[in-house]
Amino acid sequence: MAEAAAQASLPPAFAAWFEAHGWAPHPHQLAMLAAAEAGRAALLIAPTGGGKTLAGFMPSLVELAGQPAEAPRGLHTLYVSPLKALAVDIERNLMAPLRDLELDIAVETRTGDTPQAKRQRQRKTPPEILLTTPESLALLLSYHDAPEIFAGLRSVVVDELHALAGGKRGDLLALGLSRLQALAPGLRRVGLSATVHDPARLVAWLSPSGRADDAAVETVVGRGGVRPEIEILTTEQRLPWSGHMALHALEEVYRRIRASGVTLVFVNTRAQAELVFQELWRLNEEALPIALHHGSLAVEQRRRVEAAMARGSLRAVVATSSLDLGIDWAGVDLVVQVGAPKGVSRLLQRLGRANHRLDAPSRCLLVPANRFEVLECRAARDGVEAMTLDGEPPRAGGLDVLAQHILGMACSAPLDAGALYAEVTRAAPYAGLARRDFDDALQFVATGGYALRTYERFRRLVQDRAGRWRVASPQHVKRYRMNLGVIVEAPTLKVRLGRGRRLGEVEEYFVQGLVPGDTFVFAGQLLRFEAVRETDVIVSKAAAGQEPKVPAYVGGRLPLSTHLADRVRAMLEDDGSWPGLPDQVGEWLRLQRRRSVLPPAEGLLVETFPRGGKQFLVAYSFEGRNAHQTLGMLLTRRMERAGLGPLGFVATDYVIAVWSLQPARDVAGLFDQDMLGDDLEEWMAESTLLKRTFRNVAVIAGLIERRAPGQQKSGRQVTFSADLIYDVLRKHQPDHLLLRATRADAAGGLTDIGRLAAMLARVQGKILHRPLDRVSPLAVPVLLEIGREQVAGSALDDLLDAAAAELIAEATGEAPGGGAS
Amino acid sequence: MQSVLDSPLPLTKPAGRLELAVNGRALVPEPCGALWWPGRETLVVADLHLEKGSAYAARGQLLPPYDTAATLERLAAAVARRRPRRLVCLGDSFHDRAAAARLAPEARAAIRRLAAGLEWIWIAGNHDPEPPEELGGRVLPALEQDGLVLRHEAARDAVAGELSGHFHPKARVDLKARAISARCFVGDGRRLILPAFGAFAGGLDVLSPPLRALFPAGFEVALLGRRAVYRFPHSRLVPIA
Repeated sequence: MAEAAAQASLPPAFAAWFEAHGWAPHPHQLAMLAAAEAGRAALLIAPTGGGKTLAGFMPSLVELAGQPAEAPRGLHTLYVSPLKALAVDIERNLMAPLRDLELDIAVETRTGDTPQAKRQRQRKTPPEILLTTPESLALLLSYHDAPEIFAGLRSVVVDELHALAGGKRGDLLALGLSRLQALAPGLRRVGLSATVHDPARLVAWLSPSGRADDAAVETVVGRGGVRPEIEILTTEQRLPWSGHMALHALEEVYRRIRASGVTLVFVNTRAQAELVFQELWRLNEEALPIALHHGSLAVEQRRRVEAAMARGSLRAVVATSSLDLGIDWAGVDLVVQVGAPKGVSRLLQRLGRANHRLDAPSRCLLVPANRFEVLECRAARDGVEAMTLDGEPPRAGGLDVLAQHILGMACSAPLDAGALYAEVTRAAPYAGLARRDFDDALQFVATGGYALRTYERFRRLVQDRAGRWRVASPQHVKRYRMNLGVIVEAPTLKVRLGRGRRLGEVEEYFVQGLVPGDTFVFAGQLLRFEAVRETDVIVSKAAAGQEPKVPAYVGGRLPLSTHLADRVRAMLEDDGSWPGLPDQVGEWLRLQRRRSVLPPAEGLLVETFPRGGKQFLVAYSFEGRNAHQTLGMLLTRRMERAGLGPLGFVATDYVIAVWSLQPARDVAGLFDQDMLGDDLEEWMAESTLLKRTFRNVAVIAGLIERRAPGQQKSGRQVTFSADLIYDVLRKHQPDHLLLRATRADAAGGLTDIGRLAAMLARVQGKILHRPLDRVSPLAVPVLLEIGREQVAGSALDDLLDAAAAELIAEATGEAPGGGAS
Repeated sequence: MQSVLDSPLPLTKPAGRLELAVNGRALVPEPCGALWWPGRETLVVADLHLEKGSAYAARGQLLPPYDTAATLERLAAAVARRRPRRLVCLGDSFHDRAAAARLAPEARAAIRRLAAGLEWIWIAGNHDPEPPEELGGRVLPALEQDGLVLRHEAARDAVAGELSGHFHPKARVDLKARAISARCFVGDGRRLILPAFGAFAGGLDVLSPPLRALFPAGFEVALLGRRAVYRFPHSRLVPIA
């Protein structure tokens, strides 16, 4: 890596512009300019702030400014961002220097919201700089005139690369870049990224060869800001044993908001956002302007909050990951993270939202909601200090995305399979793609890819005499364009107040759990569920003082990262690290050591104990909620077969607890790796999670249409038919391309099978089984999670703490155990 | 908290064999969606929608071509279990008029095999007003027998004793731990509507107006579980959002 190796000289007009503003160009901005002059691709890794965006654009501006006025004009630079709103913002930021420098450069955006007439004009006379999204680029590439549009393209700038690479939108964009490179061989790639665990992965993603050792990519590392100041809130109150709302600490959070200029309060779920927002307003005696922002709120409402924030008229915003990325705000001087941060990289991303001046530290307050979260917050702070970031295991590009891309390419021009295969494997996510898988994807697009070859006459792609594949009918082109994209939204319903205002959207499954009269908090108000009318949820304002039924959204709940889990395990084992912990937590850990044993950093602690006539098994695996959920499904299947009579289980980020009629004796046998064989297969047949995964894959691959010409299918219909297809396909062609894609997705995401498999392999032969006569101190939190869905309302944590008293007494031996020993 | 089995209705055990009476005739609903009439040794199924997959494929959406095979396999299994003298399909057996022509040779053979061992009656439906006769069996607009009328779509003012299909009823039951939706039989003792038997046949909520209108005095449902059929009164149902 060269930090500003060859310093490029700034053209006088640009140098004067910096000077006029009293600025000096950052070294990484000059390094990016130098890379451009050398004609090399460039990856800029820098924290938020520090003119990263300008660094990406400057080489293009310098080149365009240097062109003679009579030079032919055309598309010069393409800027791709994951966020529609960001593209709009950058247009503003870019326009200012253009005006100051009096440069005659056309800058336009193109997203799904761009009017049809403008889009058509853009194809004929494109601007010099076009700001767009991965989806809009894919659409452009599917037009027959794509070669003309992009022939003169010189540079493509990919923003927020760390957020795109590794996901399906990144797959789609990587495939698009491969096609762009074929259309414009001189194209230079530029990537802008936050600090990441594994820069080599991004180098591979950005390189025209798809390889991490591609010498064509220059990596530029921007100077890091001052080390952030991270404080963990210690409460004088009793630290909760369980729960995620941290209501005990909000008075202190409110005091901090009052003492700061502008505060961003991040939470992990939308339900948390609603509750924390309500509670802050209850405490808000001074009526400080505090707003709410999360992904379910109506877009207009979110935009209003963002605009108010940009104007500086807010003192605090309570937000979910909906504000993790996005427009930079000056003036945020405190970031509060309520609940554990779940990952070091995520915490860094969030605290980077505070204070965009590089010479002053970001200030961040972590607010653990329970005892385990204290450990996790400590681990995350240590991780930030050591700058050890979370690394996700690399994943291969999705076969569903590939199928969509193949159809798109066929829409643009007849395609040669061999040439397209070569082009596709130059995109990093598909560098390892086997020709067989490519051919299967092509067959899927052509005929559905079924072993039963009955659809020859309905084929979507036909081969011409030269062996090239072309689209059989213009209606397939139309359908492709209507259904393009890889973001499959969960079916949602609009929340409407009576016949009037739309408040936002909620997932269908949440509404399914409501009966008329139920109350819930949404958009900062207490609402009463009245009815579902078509795709609208009709609500009314509930009378004040009622107990809300809190929405239990699964969405937005990220599992604990592997890296953070390792740190928590190491901390538990090493009592030398305990003195920094709050007294209550230290005492809790010492008690655990006396009554049972602490979970080892290597291996797996499994405790079993009787309680209330049931037999409990608690495994301290620290693999995150999703992997634990899957483990719970598989464990209970095995226990059923072993005649143990399993009754239920509960999974947290840290542990899994199963209860049964009979005690588990052969614990090592229960955790054998072979549970990933038949048990997994059997579960996959029934799991609603797998069906949901299949549905997404089927939509992306184009088997199920989101939109058909002339009709809009509701999300509900899509879900239903996808389930039927899954059942039939699984039985009759289990190796079908879409089922292979579904299994690949199941390795991560909501089922996290990959992480579970790694854990089982790691602990074989290292399972530490502790039969106890009663619940252990460390098991108390998970036992409190049991049945919490039935308890509703803001007094939830209080209720749980009352229930905890009994359990704790039992665990600590201060009172006779509940029927045990 | 999760219940142990990720499958419909895991925790309630059926109290013996469920029987439904229509106009005093004892009928047995089966978990596969068929209806067994022991008094007449007749097996009744509704809405097979054979070749629905290929109908979509013809319009450009290449759904798996296995729905006919899947449906016929389940039908053959139901026949093998009960060994009926007569099999009645209550219409919409074929997804469209051209569906029979699209049948794969294996599917044709499977239908002929089944038809050879029993009396097969194809009742005409709106999707298949003229089901093919060359595969075996007889085509009828409706069948009247022993106090019951078997037809495709329930008649608004039918006299007591009607079995029909057409609506693909589906219901959602609110159990304490979770809600479950599944295909179901719906009836009031005077008439009974069968669930769709076809692998790709969707469903209509029994609480939706067209179905409610057929049961002005209320109804109960027999929900298809994995191993058994479960009876629930109207009052236990919640809308399928």
